[in-house]
Amino acid sequence: MSGTGTLLEVSGISVTFDGFRAINNLSFSIGASELRAIIGPNGAGKTTFMDIVTGKTSPDEGSVLWGEMSQNLLRMNEAQIARVGIGRKFQRPTVFEDQSVAENLLMALKAARAPWRVLFWRPGAGDHARVEALAAQVGLGDALERKSGELSHGQKQWLEIGMLLAQEPKLLLVDEPAAGMTLAEREQTTALLVDLSKTRAVVVVEHDMEFVRRLNCKVTVLHEGSVLAEGSLDHVTANPKVIEVYLGR
Amino acid sequence: MRHRFLALTAALCLALPAFAQETPPSAEVSSSEIFAPEAAGEAPALTGLAAVLATYSGDIAKPSRKTIGPVIAEIGAAGEGAPAFLAAWADKRVGQAKDGRFYLIEKTKDGYALTDPVTGAAAGTVPKSELSELKPNAGVRGVIASALVEFQLSDPDPAQRRAALDALARNGAAEHLEPLRASIETEADPAIREQKERLERLLTVRFGTSSEERVAAIEHFNGDLALDVRGALNPIVVITRKVFEGAAEGNVAQVLRVGKDLGEEEAYLLLVEAGLAPARLTASERRAVLEANIDAGAVAGVPIAELDDPAKRNAAYKALVAEGKARAALTEREIGAALAGFTFADVYSETDATVTAAAALALQAIDTKVGVMQAADLGLDALSLASIYFLAAIGLAITFGVMGVINMAHGEFITMGAYTGYVVQLYIADYTTSILVALPLAFLITAGAGVAMERLVIRHLYKRPLETLLATFGISIALQQIFKNIFGTQARPLTSPAWLDGAWMINDVVSISYIRIAIFVLALIFLALFLWVMKRTRLGLEVRAVTQNPSMAASMGINPDRINMLTFGLGSGIAGIAGVAIGLFAKVTSELGSDYIVQSFMTVVVGGVGNIWGTLAGATLIGFLQKTIEWFNPSNTLAAQTYMILFIIAFIQFRPRGIIALKGRAAGD
Amino acid sequence: MAIKPGFLSKNPSVLVFLLVLAAFTLGVTLMSEAYGAGVVSTSFVKTLGKTLCLCLIAIAMDLIWGYTGILSLGHFAFFGLGGYMIGMWLMYARTREIVLGSQGALPPTPQELQDAIATQIFGVVGTSELPAIWSFAGSLPAQLALVVLVPGLLALIFGWLAFRSRVTGVYLSILTQAMTLALSLYLFQNESGLRGNNGLSGLQNIPGVAADQDHLSIWFLWASAGMLAAGYMLAAFVTSGKFGSVMRGIRDDEARVRFLGYSVESYKLFIFTLTAVIAAIAGALYYPQAGIINPGEMAPIASIYLAVWVAIGGRGRLYGAVVGAAFVSLVSTWFTGGRAPDLNLGFYTVKWVDWWQVLLGLSFVLVTLLAPKGLAGLVDLVQGLRHPNRGGDPMGPGDGSLREEEAVE
Repeated sequence: MSGTGTLLEVSGISVTFDGFRAINNLSFSIGASELRAIIGPNGAGKTTFMDIVTGKTSPDEGSVLWGEMSQNLLRMNEAQIARVGIGRKFQRPTVFEDQSVAENLLMALKAARAPWRVLFWRPGAGDHARVEALAAQVGLGDALERKSGELSHGQKQWLEIGMLLAQEPKLLLVDEPAAGMTLAEREQTTALLVDLSKTRAVVVVEHDMEFVRRLNCKVTVLHEGSVLAEGSLDHVTANPKVIEVYLGR
Repeated sequence: MRHRFLALTAALCLALPAFAQETPPSAEVSSSEIFAPEAAGEAPALTGLAAVLATYSGDIAKPSRKTIGPVIAEIGAAGEGAPAFLAAWADKRVGQAKDGRFYLIEKTKDGYALTDPVTGAAAGTVPKSELSELKPNAGVRGVIASALVEFQLSDPDPAQRRAALDALARNGAAEHLEPLRASIETEADPAIREQKERLERLLTVRFGTSSEERVAAIEHFNGDLALDVRGALNPIVVITRKVFEGAAEGNVAQVLRVGKDLGEEEAYLLLVEAGLAPARLTASERRAVLEANIDAGAVAGVPIAELDDPAKRNAAYKALVAEGKARAALTEREIGAALAGFTFADVYSETDATVTAAAALALQAIDTKVGVMQAADLGLDALSLASIYFLAAIGLAITFGVMGVINMAHGEFITMGAYTGYVVQLYIADYTTSILVALPLAFLITAGAGVAMERLVIRHLYKRPLETLLATFGISIALQQIFKNIFGTQARPLTSPAWLDGAWMINDVVSISYIRIAIFVLALIFLALFLWVMKRTRLGLEVRAVTQNPSMAASMGINPDRINMLTFGLGSGIAGIAGVAIGLFAKVTSELGSDYIVQSFMTVVVGGVGNIWGTLAGATLIGFLQKTIEWFNPSNTLAAQTYMILFIIAFIQFRPRGIIALKGRAAGD
Repeated sequence: MAIKPGFLSKNPSVLVFLLVLAAFTLGVTLMSEAYGAGVVSTSFVKTLGKTLCLCLIAIAMDLIWGYTGILSLGHFAFFGLGGYMIGMWLMYARTREIVLGSQGALPPTPQELQDAIATQIFGVVGTSELPAIWSFAGSLPAQLALVVLVPGLLALIFGWLAFRSRVTGVYLSILTQAMTLALSLYLFQNESGLRGNNGLSGLQNIPGVAADQDHLSIWFLWASAGMLAAGYMLAAFVTSGKFGSVMRGIRDDEARVRFLGYSVESYKLFIFTLTAVIAAIAGALYYPQAGIINPGEMAPIASIYLAVWVAIGGRGRLYGAVVGAAFVSLVSTWFTGGRAPDLNLGFYTVKWVDWWQVLLGLSFVLVTLLAPKGLAGLVDLVQGLRHPNRGGDPMGPGDGSLREEEAVE
């Protein structure tokens, strides 16, 4: 491990749905500024893993510790976990389609989250500038007042990434970011993710090997709910077990 | 004294029949000659009742309690018509005509309709002036009644004897005991004999002469749950609260200590009632005295305007007392002293201590047993309520579980089923046939309505459950008003077949009406039917497939549209059948369904969606819960419902998805 | 409140609404029997005043349902509770006046006074003791505080329990319906201390005020209009900023809002309680104009009608809720009041008293099916701002989220 210390430490978690073991004694850790790709066949437990980290699903056993204070994430709800600095991007773009791009970004902007404070919160000049900068960064600079439901699929992906950035998370969980994007957009995304991982931890779940290769980072292969292999992409693709279950089709 | 006299009467009754035959006819002839000269010539010798009546016409017309005994005994022995005559006599329905003959009479508009007491044949009418009514006094009537009992208890017709026993069981009296005992020996029918013996013991408990006799009878009933036993025992242990100047006297149940067993206020009131102490000064009395003494805008120097202060009022009153214009209020010390001088006790009105002790003991044993039985009865009630809720909710559960649709018009479908039953009964008079026709017809009609609603409205609102809820609510209010317009607001009768009338009485505490048993059976049938459809038929397979994954099912060649339609039809149809069943015991009005709708929702929510066993568990839980709460507070069913709903809200806290919940990703969370 | 100067200019509908409301109130006053031409009868002024109160609770319903997506079937319970709280003071103080007016030779002691009042009020349910919940009934400020506190606290507790266990969608609707039913059943009991099914009556007489009903009705009309204006501005304020964004976010995709770090449960609880208080205030103004309140008013069906009004008016828009409540309740009064002419179909004469409910039910179904935007959708038609139909995909994964075709700004 790098010397920066561990940001997220998942150890020995298992979860069962109606007799089906989705996660089986999984351990995983990531440093404070690290880019990590998670690959694995369908049903390997990638999404469930993210669900556990973000508090959507609670595991039957195991622990999930966060940050230097080693906070127990299992005791927190989704909102609290989001507030300590874990941002999540969903497989399907989920933005608030009834609201404008600016409103979406404003909502995500790092600020107080308590109802009473939000009620009296009004965006200042700095906040507007930040929203404009973010929109420009994700290529939506001239679409601020457009309703996000009117955006194209790829634009929605970008808006969601923009919202994640607005949250200023310490750990980004990104689920299949490249789905539905054009080649140019993919390259843009790769560059962005790599850039982001310089200042924070980023975990990318992806099917697309080319995309993973371009990320050029450490890869974790999941299979049947536990870690099958870990290392550089070349290292894991050479692993015979990985070839058997995932690649060698 | 009185007992002895009655025994004598009874003995006479038994001994007299032979004697009656030998009575010389002389008196009869004379009276006949005197009062009915025109009939005398051709009249044959009178026999039987006619003869006795003629013989004692004077005694009968002006009876005296002291002397009437032998006459009554003779009438009783006179054969045909005697009991009816005695009964009529005791009821003051006998009159004497001018010719001295007696008739059973019935008042008409301007006279009396006569009936011959011997033959029972109508004997014309007479104006009021032609007849004098016999009015035996209470004492005589008692003697007559007692004699009647004796005759009836020995009547050759068993039905008559039973009727007499029933009458005695309702209002037995001390004088019945002896005739009853006498009749036991000669009773041939074992069942009636048993009934007589039981009644004899009951009467002994109440009217027995010796305490040994009564205690023995009481002990015989140990643990008997019958109402008549409790009816006999309870009056024995009735207590009255009394004040004694010295030690408590009589059959004391408990000596009461003032301040502990008895509040001071209440104790002092007892003293006042008994005239042993002066009444306390009440606020209104004081107020009246003050008002009476108003003098120039002030009372005893205190201005009226200041008298809204209790302290000022006290002062004014004291001043009046000092002036001698009012009586002094009692001080607490005076009251305490008054109370200390007396003993307070609960005293049995029954004087025999051994009898009260035995009765109290027996009642205690009975109470324990009654408690257990009541719990069993409650269980049965709860079970039947649960089956009603299950029937009402199962259709809802199907549509909610399979399609995620809340059908607010479900209650109106129940109503529709009940009205179908009513309309069928208008055309088919035989109740059994009409119910058998109504059940499938109700299913068809409501299923049709359900399918129509699904096609026209719900189909367009899938995936928008809140909207469906509101749209079906709109249909619900429209339907309810349409029912009102067609059938009116008053309740319509839906009569159950005669074989469903009445109840299965296990004992005097535990009973359940046959209708409820039928509903329970119906619920079981539906459970079985549902399981069969779901597990064993193609339709069930497709429904389960659509429930779990509609798009996958569609790609497998299942038409989800068709399945949704059929499911909705099935769920609505079952509501219709539930409506017929509920209509059999509830009032069929346009609001019938809405009375059950919230409970049905609760059943589904508590049970958990998408599982028939969940619905069953929910119905059982809610049924038992409601009955249990009602048991704690039987007078207030509103409170029971309130607490039940509060319980359910709390329950949802712990199992937000119901008793039987889907887990994991399938829950769609 | 921290309404910035730009608030009204950012929300032009607020200004329009306030102007229309002011014009309406002034117009009614000038046509009333007390202050004007006498064209509008006092009873109709009361109907209009009550309608304004219904508009206020419709705004509350729009906030909780139209904006936050929680179909509460319990807000009429809060409305009724508010009415009960003010009704307790009205009845107590009024009875007190009567008792004092009929006193004997001596002025009554406080105990005598209370006993006499209790006998007057509770004779009808067979008791003469003043229940503990009437302890503050003699004090107007205390009861006014209770108008807010009791429904607010009930909403807080119920909402905390319900939202904490993440009950959503139709489950929550049914749970709120159950709460309403429980409350109305509780109030139906004489033991509840609020006169059972007799309810509270004589509320139209305001103690200590000598004015006649003609004048009182106008005063209440103004009070209702003022409160409606305040409620409308508050609602516009709440929904305009980021808080409004979060509310609509919760409606469309609750999970996503959670992953942004917002505690959805707290927001729901906040809105639920706030709207309960607004509903209670509306009720406290409504029942003095109605004159009588009984538990039947709080039956679950009333809350469903509330949803009907908002749906017909147009959810997710404040003026839609107001228009819906005013339109439906006034039309309903017209039809059920027997004033609508019968419709002769030749073979059958439609009496509207009997058929109005059917018409309402069916038109409600039609609105839900064909015009999810309700009457307010007409505004869009007029403005030519038809939203592009993008095939009606859901705007969020939740079953309760808006469809694109019904999403409006």
